[in-house]
Amino acid sequence: MENKKEPGMTLIVKTITRLTVGLILLYGIYIVLHGHLTPGGGFAGGVIIALSFVHLMLAFGRETALKKLSQTKASILESLGALMFLSVALLGFLGGFFFFNFFAQKGTPFDLFSAGIIPLCNIAICLKVGAGLFAIFVALILFKNLKKKE
Amino acid sequence: MMILPLFVVIPLGGAFLLSLIGKLDKRINDALANIATFSLLVLSVFAIRYPLAGKVLVYKVGGWKPPIGICMVLDGLTSFMLVTTNLVSCLVAIYSISYMERYTDKYRFYTLFLLMLAGMNGVIVTGDLFNLFVFLEIASVASYALVAFGTEAEELEASFKYTIMSSVASSFILLGIALLYSFSSTLNMADMAWVLAQRNSSLLLYFVAVLFIMGFGLKAAIVPFHAWLPDAHPSAPASISAMLSGVVIKVLGVYTLIRIFFNLFPINKTSLSVLMFLGTVSILAGVILALSQWDFKRLLAYHSISQIGYIILGIGLGTPLGITGALFHLFNHSVFKSLLFLNSGAVVYALGTRNLQEMGGLKERMPLTANTSLVASMSISGIPPFNGFWSKLWIILACMQSGRILYAFWAVIGSILTLASFMKVQKYAFWGKLKKQWESVKEVPWPMQLAMLVLAVICILSGFLVAPFFSAFIDSAVKVILSGQGYAHTVFKMLR
Repeated sequence: MENKKEPGMTLIVKTITRLTVGLILLYGIYIVLHGHLTPGGGFAGGVIIALSFVHLMLAFGRETALKKLSQTKASILESLGALMFLSVALLGFLGGFFFFNFFAQKGTPFDLFSAGIIPLCNIAICLKVGAGLFAIFVALILFKNLKKKE
Repeated sequence: MMILPLFVVIPLGGAFLLSLIGKLDKRINDALANIATFSLLVLSVFAIRYPLAGKVLVYKVGGWKPPIGICMVLDGLTSFMLVTTNLVSCLVAIYSISYMERYTDKYRFYTLFLLMLAGMNGVIVTGDLFNLFVFLEIASVASYALVAFGTEAEELEASFKYTIMSSVASSFILLGIALLYSFSSTLNMADMAWVLAQRNSSLLLYFVAVLFIMGFGLKAAIVPFHAWLPDAHPSAPASISAMLSGVVIKVLGVYTLIRIFFNLFPINKTSLSVLMFLGTVSILAGVILALSQWDFKRLLAYHSISQIGYIILGIGLGTPLGITGALFHLFNHSVFKSLLFLNSGAVVYALGTRNLQEMGGLKERMPLTANTSLVASMSISGIPPFNGFWSKLWIILACMQSGRILYAFWAVIGSILTLASFMKVQKYAFWGKLKKQWESVKEVPWPMQLAMLVLAVICILSGFLVAPFFSAFIDSAVKVILSGQGYAHTVFKMLR
């Protein structure tokens, strides 16, 4: 009871979170990288990665999570994701077409490194969606706090 | 061949670059946004030469062959709409340099503005029905945020109303697309037109046509679906009102209706006469509601409904003359309505009020704003040497030609009422005696003046667009619409 002022939830939740949050992040990365082989992809993986940060924020309080990934960093990552997606698409002009899959001859099924630009696109989408979702969550929380102060 | 994807790439790239580096320096914002819009204008003017030479460009995205892959099509209608959109957006971007100084977070404004532009260019350029829906949503979502940009209570309310109604419209459109996809098992517009022409599908087509008239009609603010417009358009910053009234409702509503009802579906007399009726109702309802307004921007918003009615009426006639008039009026309206909204923005910038009764005699203090708004008012009410006169004349002549005397009559009445309402604007805002509290009012900064001046010059010059030498520009667009399912043939011919 003495650490009541400490932000976040109880010790049980914190311990469990400490154990699971890395696994959630890893699972998200797995979904992103295997986007072209299994169900999922950039969007689903990005959401899972964002959820791992949201999870951290729920269990440990706002400051801990924002130290790991601040709002400005999230918005920069979001723009970078979009720009990366666009530049991958533009690089397709090397092969003659917008969005041309320029370094894959013919993919082999169930092979991780055989899809050319598709994993790159998935990573870009993951950055955009994950950072965007996290930024939206942070914005909602900050807004709530502002209202309380008034 | 390579230029087609650039119409989407440039604004998208500009938008995300701005959101990344826009915070650093204000001058970077202005420069980047204006370079993007200006290069788009140059590209779209450059692209005119393909349809003029009778060529249709088809671009396979990612090298995948349609109907499996997505294709982009540049034909007469596309190039016409691209020029209209990018002309207005370029001038609005110049205007925003000093107008948006009054708001915070200018880089966010430019980001959203360029995203909206990317969505609109995508809608125009794409040849795939679902891709069209995606771009339509990009443009719409960006415009919801832009309507709420001032974050005052009134703006948020308008934006909320707009969001709800527009989302309902989007879901109708999505349902229509889903039904078409389940029937024809293809999403490529050319391929779908082919399938729809070959199979007997009239019952489905009636249902989908109703869904699309509801959905796209709401985006275009035709009368039974217009309730969001008089709130949303005045609440946005003036440069965005100019974009919304000038091009967004035309690209998202009118262009898509034309493309689907002429090039995708077999041309159907019933749905065209529904459009014609709704257009006439819009002309009258919009102008009558506008007459009693005292809020400058709200009055202009009601006139947008009325002028869209003229365009829809011309398209609904379905005759060559009617469609020429409609497209001509589309171009003219996007020029003079955006000019009028920029004028209202200048007045708000200088005075801080939108109420016409509080203004008066501004002609002495703001000569350029007053004179350009006079040009625009005369254009919109159809006074002879200006562009609005010619396009309305074309539409009314087309009504007479196809024997719809009653529709012609209502169109004339609508025009007269428009004149009355703009005489009110001129009298209360710019003529009369200068009120004491406005004696220290100054003319607006030069970027705003430049944008208004260029638009006023275009108002006068574009009357020549139907003159023999220049008419090839509109004629190539009209030819695409009248060819109906010939659109599918040309696209497939280019792919082979």
